[in-house]
Amino acid sequence: MDPVSILLGGFASGMVLFIVSVGLSVTLGLMGFVNLAHGGFAMLGGYVIFLAMKHWGIGFVPALAFAFVAVAAFSAVLERLLYARLYRAAELDQVLFTIGLVFVMTASVTLGIGPETQVIELPEWARGQTDLGFIRYRTYSLVLIVVGTALMLALWLGFERTRLGAQIRAAVDNRRMASSLGVDVGRLFTIAFAVGSGLAAVGGGLGAEILGLDPNYPLRYLVYFLIVVAVGGLGRVTGVYFAALLIGVLDFVLKIYFPKGGTIFIYALTLVLLLWRPHGLFGKKGA
Amino acid sequence: MLETRGLCKSFGALEVARDVNFRLERGARHALIGPNGAGKTTFVNLLTGVLPPSRGSVLLEGEDVTALAQARRVKRGIARTFQINQLFRGLSVFENVAIAVSERLGTGGAMWRAVGRRADVIEETMRLVRMLRLDVDAGRRVAELPYGRQRLVEIAIALGLNPRVLLLDEPAAGIPSTESHILLDAIATLPKDIAVLIIEHDMDLVFRFADRITVLVSGAILAEGTPAEIAANPEVRTVYLGSALDG
Amino acid sequence: MKAASDFAQRHRLRWWEALPWLAGIGAFFVFPNYLAFGTQVLITILFALSLDLVLGYAGIVTLGHAAFFGAGAYTVGMLAAHAGWTEPLSGLLAAAVVAGAIGLVSGFVLLRTHGLTLLMLTLCTMTLLEQAANMGAAWTGGFDGMPGLSFQKILGVFGFDTLYFRTQYLYVLALLFAAFVLVRTLIFSSFGQSLTGIRENLLRMHAVGAPVRSRLIVAYAISAALAGLAGGLFTQATGYVNLAVLGLERAAGVMIILILGGYGRLYGAFVGAVAYMLLEHVLAKAYPTAWQLGLGITLITVALFARNGVIGIFDSLRRRLAGKTRGSAL
Repeated sequence: MDPVSILLGGFASGMVLFIVSVGLSVTLGLMGFVNLAHGGFAMLGGYVIFLAMKHWGIGFVPALAFAFVAVAAFSAVLERLLYARLYRAAELDQVLFTIGLVFVMTASVTLGIGPETQVIELPEWARGQTDLGFIRYRTYSLVLIVVGTALMLALWLGFERTRLGAQIRAAVDNRRMASSLGVDVGRLFTIAFAVGSGLAAVGGGLGAEILGLDPNYPLRYLVYFLIVVAVGGLGRVTGVYFAALLIGVLDFVLKIYFPKGGTIFIYALTLVLLLWRPHGLFGKKGA
Repeated sequence: MLETRGLCKSFGALEVARDVNFRLERGARHALIGPNGAGKTTFVNLLTGVLPPSRGSVLLEGEDVTALAQARRVKRGIARTFQINQLFRGLSVFENVAIAVSERLGTGGAMWRAVGRRADVIEETMRLVRMLRLDVDAGRRVAELPYGRQRLVEIAIALGLNPRVLLLDEPAAGIPSTESHILLDAIATLPKDIAVLIIEHDMDLVFRFADRITVLVSGAILAEGTPAEIAANPEVRTVYLGSALDG
Repeated sequence: MKAASDFAQRHRLRWWEALPWLAGIGAFFVFPNYLAFGTQVLITILFALSLDLVLGYAGIVTLGHAAFFGAGAYTVGMLAAHAGWTEPLSGLLAAAVVAGAIGLVSGFVLLRTHGLTLLMLTLCTMTLLEQAANMGAAWTGGFDGMPGLSFQKILGVFGFDTLYFRTQYLYVLALLFAAFVLVRTLIFSSFGQSLTGIRENLLRMHAVGAPVRSRLIVAYAISAALAGLAGGLFTQATGYVNLAVLGLERAAGVMIILILGGYGRLYGAFVGAVAYMLLEHVLAKAYPTAWQLGLGITLITVALFARNGVIGIFDSLRRRLAGKTRGSAL
């Protein structure tokens, strides 16, 4: 396969990883809360989209929007009711809680819908191939790359230019100081959590073509999301973006040339990277 | 005994320690005072190795310890209490002090003998608990004690390290005035050649305790001298009267 | 001073500490047809005990402890399959040494970090080993593993009983006892107390001059060796080893078991393993999805309300009844 195709394919998977993981990175950076259930929101999003399209006949894009809102709202409720109780708790308790949550999500989906992999039908305009002049490539992959990059830019602008963004950045850098400066960190976190989970939901739907959609999704990809976040640096949108691209391309390449056990390189690389830069490639030493 | 030369520390553009040249003599009863935000706790953090300096050095008995980590400096004889209690909240008072004593006796890493069999650890811990009048509460979990008693545990731990230099960061804060004499009594029993530095806001305590006072303002030393000199110093009075007028 | 005498007594044996062992021996006679299952429970207890040392006492949150279990399991398996080394006791020793060495090296390297980074690194190390085992199929049997391993008689006398698992059960019970004595001694020593200190307040431990990192590395290595011992026993008892010994499922499973039973309480491993595996054996086969749901809800509830597991619940009840407060460890 020629390098451009490989890059495009890798970028496309990377975009999915980015869209799902960016929310996790921000919430981890903001509250230091290890949310292993984040992939669960991506899965829920995928299923919401699937069901909405199948039973209500909604189109792909409207379903994406609906999933964003629905999962964001649901996660906000969970956050206020359950997550908020554990912010001061030991890391172990947070890990335990979120593992339990993943189990509940996975089991609920299996019971409610079924254990099979579900397929989300792509809209007409996203199927087939597109001619870019120098190459013909799968349209959907190109769509993913465009959407992912647009999202990254939008988030980056949001963080740099809006007051809310500035508050979040300040709180990520030094929560106590931000709080003493009058920033309502609790409200900030609910918003960030909801938006992050909503984005994960969208990522789950968008990525169903590539990552699949079945009840084991959250546990299967947990390590990948965590790697992307850890390598990218907590709370760094651009960091997560590039880390996701890196992991996406690596994974894509490895699947082609070392299908049997290529992923070992990703884990080895992550090990080396995190030992060299424990705060991620782009992270800073936190407060 | 403990000395800093040209000690500087900045966080980005914020300078919290500016060219501090400080000496703590053997046997000193020295107080460090200054308005809030002057950088007193930061200074102690620099002395103990919790924070690395941007420039300058820290010397203990002439030896440069600037590169040594916190735990190593403790082994050389520098002990401190924290402004906010740093205790093992889930453990009992006795266990808290025993851990410090074990480390000091060098048996902290011993893996076979039960610590309950170590008569030396138990004796020494009992002595310290009695000295700080914590006998009654010795078996209770630290988290269940009132703040003032927790503070005394904090001090017991520092004393249990048998330091040559003792740095106390607002030791009396939170201790009810009826019990603050316990603190002073404990310090009075310390060997005369130990150097003690107290950071305090309670001027009563400062003037009762200190032979020498250093005034720190905005990270730099404003004045230094005997209590009488400091009390008479016009600059010091401005700094303190000024803040009294504002707040 | 009562606190001093309590302190001096805390390592003394309590009468009820004989109960788990009596129960273990009793089970041998009362449930002769379930000894294969019983052996697995005992192995899991040993594994959970090793995790308690680092997680419950030292406070190192790791999702990758199966790396050491798997290392031990595969060491025994590969020695038996490729080197013809089927003497059980020395095989176990090799398993513990290999796992302990990996623990020492990875602890040295990883314990510089903490929080999410450390969690990630433990996960990566384990998954790395899992992938390596997968790739090195010539050595490890890859995905299918190495079935049909057989071992010599223990001490030349006791042959492995592939039908009823009688030998295996008592063999594992004996080794579990030995390991337990080791862990218990460690916990009540000054070293063990310093681990608790590190868990409770890291800054304070530095401030009393404790060499924190080296303590943690030693604890991690010992724990790894014990986990390797459990893994080696697994291979010897079942005559089979495959990739599952290195999987996230096993690592997460043992963590769940320990927490449900009560971490940092020495016997939490016992309570958790027995309860969990019994329930799983009965429920999971019949209603796997409902089991997962129930487990998830239980974990959420425990995390929110009962962080110290079953033993913690007993403790709160006992405290409320006795009306007094006490310190830690047991």
